[in-house]
Amino acid sequence: MAVIEIQNLTYTYPATSHPALREVSLTVEAGEFVAIIGPNGAGKSTLCYTLAGFIPHFFKGELQGEVRVAGQDIRRVRLEDWVLKVGLVFQNPFNQISGAKFTVYEEIAFGLENIGVPREEMKRRVEEVMALTGIEDLADRSPYALSGGQQQRVALASILVMQPEVLVLDEPTSQLDPIGTREVFQVIRRLAHQGVTIIMAEHKVEWIAEYADRVIALAEGRVIGTGTPADVLTDPRLPDYGIGISRYTAVARRAAGEGLWPAERRLPVTLDEAEAGFRAVEEAHAHLH
Amino acid sequence: MRISIEDVHFVYPGGVEALRGVSLSIEPGERVAIVGQNGAGKTTLVKHLNGLLRPTRGRVRIGDWDTAQVEVHRLAQRVGYVFQNPDGQLFCRTVAEEVAFGPRNLGYTPEEISQRVAEALALAELEDKAEANPYDLSPSWRKMVALASVIAMDTPIVIFDEPTTGQDVRTIRRIERMIEMLSQRGKTILTITHDIDFCAENFERVVVMGQGRVLLDGPKEMVLGMEAILAQTYVEPPQLTRLGMRLGFEKTVCTSEQFLETLRRRLDHPQSDPRAEG
Repeated sequence: MAVIEIQNLTYTYPATSHPALREVSLTVEAGEFVAIIGPNGAGKSTLCYTLAGFIPHFFKGELQGEVRVAGQDIRRVRLEDWVLKVGLVFQNPFNQISGAKFTVYEEIAFGLENIGVPREEMKRRVEEVMALTGIEDLADRSPYALSGGQQQRVALASILVMQPEVLVLDEPTSQLDPIGTREVFQVIRRLAHQGVTIIMAEHKVEWIAEYADRVIALAEGRVIGTGTPADVLTDPRLPDYGIGISRYTAVARRAAGEGLWPAERRLPVTLDEAEAGFRAVEEAHAHLH
Repeated sequence: MRISIEDVHFVYPGGVEALRGVSLSIEPGERVAIVGQNGAGKTTLVKHLNGLLRPTRGRVRIGDWDTAQVEVHRLAQRVGYVFQNPDGQLFCRTVAEEVAFGPRNLGYTPEEISQRVAEALALAELEDKAEANPYDLSPSWRKMVALASVIAMDTPIVIFDEPTTGQDVRTIRRIERMIEMLSQRGKTILTITHDIDFCAENFERVVVMGQGRVLLDGPKEMVLGMEAILAQTYVEPPQLTRLGMRLGFEKTVCTSEQFLETLRRRLDHPQSDPRAEG
């Protein structure tokens, strides 16, 4: 079942002359984990804001085409209802913090309070997501007196606690250490298995390769590629568009240039694929000797 | 100018002990990356170099100055610091004014100021944006303005706090070119980063921090292969280092050049590695 259906979406922010998104069409199924890649300014955040209803309801501007999420036209929804269906984790976690609460625990409970969730359920859900995002020890800290990485986990928890059907994440691991990044990707992967639809804008292609079901590449507001991570992340045009590729892909491409990658094999996007390919090269050479 | 950090301890008001006896010595012109998990003490440590923090115990020296004895504005002549979030340090109406602000405050002559501004704008690839308002630029270019405004101060030591966070590959390449140019001019460069591949490709020496201490310090080829110790502070070896380890390379490789060189050598002499035989 398609949860997100976008047809010919063109969007222009107020007081700008160039569209931030141009003729974007895409479909996302329930429980899919879709990563959006693209250089800065490609329209990744704009697409996130649109799915979350901030466009057109908050940013205004001119929206053409069709955007349907969970069967509803994004133009017709009320933002206050929509935030319960679609959760958005901002790129800068600082923007996510309400400013109304003194502790991390209360901050995470804030959204549930606003919709009148019973106290016992609220406590259970808050404690569950704090465990899931690894921030139990921050419960009594001020949301403002945290490192960037800690704030990023709190921002994620404050959205997860709302149990949205669709989770939109704009570079949610930019301030996390590598293991913290892996933990967040694992949490997101698990949510997708539970049926939550995930859209994540992200630069870290080596993680996308490992965890996402599908990748959409944007450049200058247009979709320039869509498919499995293996297909999109080995597209030779990506560097020309200013999109990063994994070191595995890059080194194998150079190796292929000197005949050191198996001729019929697709370039690798993960560690496992790179290992398998280079082992095959070494074995072939060992037979020659 | 030599940086000397001698058994530094630091306790934040409230009692969190962020540094628990850190000693490091950094020679002029070195390129050093500091890595480690969130909360390891990386930012706390580098804030000691420009006097934003002073040790609770121990000593930090920048050349012949003890940072505990020197005012922050004087330390700014020796240590430039680029914050993680550029918006925390930009406030002028044009890029050129922003970049001129630092050298003006250091008391240079107008000629010296304009020369430094021109050089910094060139290094940051901002020449065509000199008259733009920093806030009309994209976040990536604002990052370059923040870098330029610190570089214009022409300090012998430059510190970057997470320069690649949230940046796309083109901006990261610009930052790499800038680091290379600064290095060629003899600057000491310190970078805090979670981007271990960026670290492997641009820095010779790597300091690994965990829980307020230095866990490892040495050439990247030594440090980045020590998977078990890196894991203690939530860091994984770089992608190509891991690939080399999987393939049984005897030497730790950090860059694609090193990887390909080792691969070619193994293919030419398969008998040199027992694991490639049979």
